[in-house]
Amino acid sequence: MAIVINGMDYPLPDDPRVSLLDLLREQLHLTGTKLGCNQGGCGACTVIVDGARVLSCLTLAVQADGREVRTIEGMAAPDGGLHPLQQAFIEHDGFQCGYCTPGQICSAIAMVAELRRGEPSYVTADLAEGPQGATRQEIRERMSGNLCRCGAHNGIVEAIEELLSGEAP
Amino acid sequence: MRPFDYRCATSPTEALSIAGAQPGRYLGGGTNLVDLMRQNIDAPAALIDVSRLPGIIEDTPTGGLSIGASVRNSVAAAHPSVRSRFPMLSRALLAGASAQIRNMATIGGNILQRTRCPYFFDATGSRCNKREPGSGCDAIGGFNRYHAIFGASEHCIATHPSDMCVALAALNATVQVAGPGGERDVPLLDLHRLPGDRPDIETILQPGELITAIALSPSAAAANSTYRKVRDRSSYAFALISVAAGLEVAAGRIVDVTIALGGVAAKPWRALRAEQNLRGAAPTKERFLAAADAELAAAKTLDGNAFKVEFARRTVAAVLCELAGVEP
Repeated sequence: MAIVINGMDYPLPDDPRVSLLDLLREQLHLTGTKLGCNQGGCGACTVIVDGARVLSCLTLAVQADGREVRTIEGMAAPDGGLHPLQQAFIEHDGFQCGYCTPGQICSAIAMVAELRRGEPSYVTADLAEGPQGATRQEIRERMSGNLCRCGAHNGIVEAIEELLSGEAP
Repeated sequence: MRPFDYRCATSPTEALSIAGAQPGRYLGGGTNLVDLMRQNIDAPAALIDVSRLPGIIEDTPTGGLSIGASVRNSVAAAHPSVRSRFPMLSRALLAGASAQIRNMATIGGNILQRTRCPYFFDATGSRCNKREPGSGCDAIGGFNRYHAIFGASEHCIATHPSDMCVALAALNATVQVAGPGGERDVPLLDLHRLPGDRPDIETILQPGELITAIALSPSAAAANSTYRKVRDRSSYAFALISVAAGLEVAAGRIVDVTIALGGVAAKPWRALRAEQNLRGAAPTKERFLAAADAELAAAKTLDGNAFKVEFARRTVAAVLCELAGVEP
């Protein structure tokens, strides 16, 4: 039993009670992923598993057996250069305290892929047609699973808009 | 979290065989069960992971659609056939939880999720007949803004939290179940129980039975359908009330109509009285309001949730107006 995290193989814990979040933070010391509510209400622990954004606090680590996990530690380029969305968060003040930021960024990167696949959201007018562009309303609905207690949501949406427009450096 | 054994099943047969040897709980995405276990509200001795069972969405020989129980909510919501032929189901799925949770949650697990009554979750401080039979209900006389207006009892007023199930109720979905005694089909409308004097027994499923798929039948009303959810914030919140509805109008008359309400009972609530009131009628806002009134006349409200009657009335009418293309 093993999982791949940011391209590296790791063994799974023997105790099935260990969440993916606790495996990352407590056992592997990958502390970029944050513990918020620990009950699926805040999104701070969001990571990407096999391309899909999920909550690591509600994922048993054993359920990730054989899967590929991407965390905030895996977003920067090999030379340390920031991911374009990380840079856009800085430029648009997409955070204050920064605690929700790793979850916001993992969530947004996977969300952009969902949008590009044409998947609808609750606010998409015509479900069969799919989303007609990444409006602010679409972005806000799709990012509603990531709470920011500092209230940086406007900056977060602007950073995502910049990424979607391809203008991010 | 109390210790438990974990086994991952690769086929329904294997899952049933594991469950036969060691009674436990089937595990889908874990978005509800893992949370309940962490809070010691639930403590199964074993988890049988069924989230990796083959899950596909396919056309049935009779022109319907079959959705495997292990299909993730997000996958079902984005499937072209669901979006075009059963849009109320796609929109109900998309109204639930957050994108992260929809990527984890399975169709089977969604059906079997537990109530979000805060007294059920408050294991150390509240009485709850669902959590601890016979202990009492602190929601009655407590903060009951989110609680039932239909089908409640003096023992429990909790609501079922699923959005998806409301659409499945309106679509007359069939739930396919496999168990030690073989396979059977259960109408979704018959799967969940009203609380009565045993609110701890929430479905008619027998020990060891496993939901394997749901089946949907096509109709013109299903193709012209939607789901609207009214909640305390505009996203990522459980429903105060919700409406799943489908409508077929021909020659100025309602030929077929299907309506189910969410957030009002311990099970998705099919509004049969409202439907009966509408068949054959002309689609007007006044008639939609009258039909909603016919259904809601039987509502029994508490101090905290009486507002739901007016909410449901207006939302039913607004949704039907949208489907009929008349001014709301």
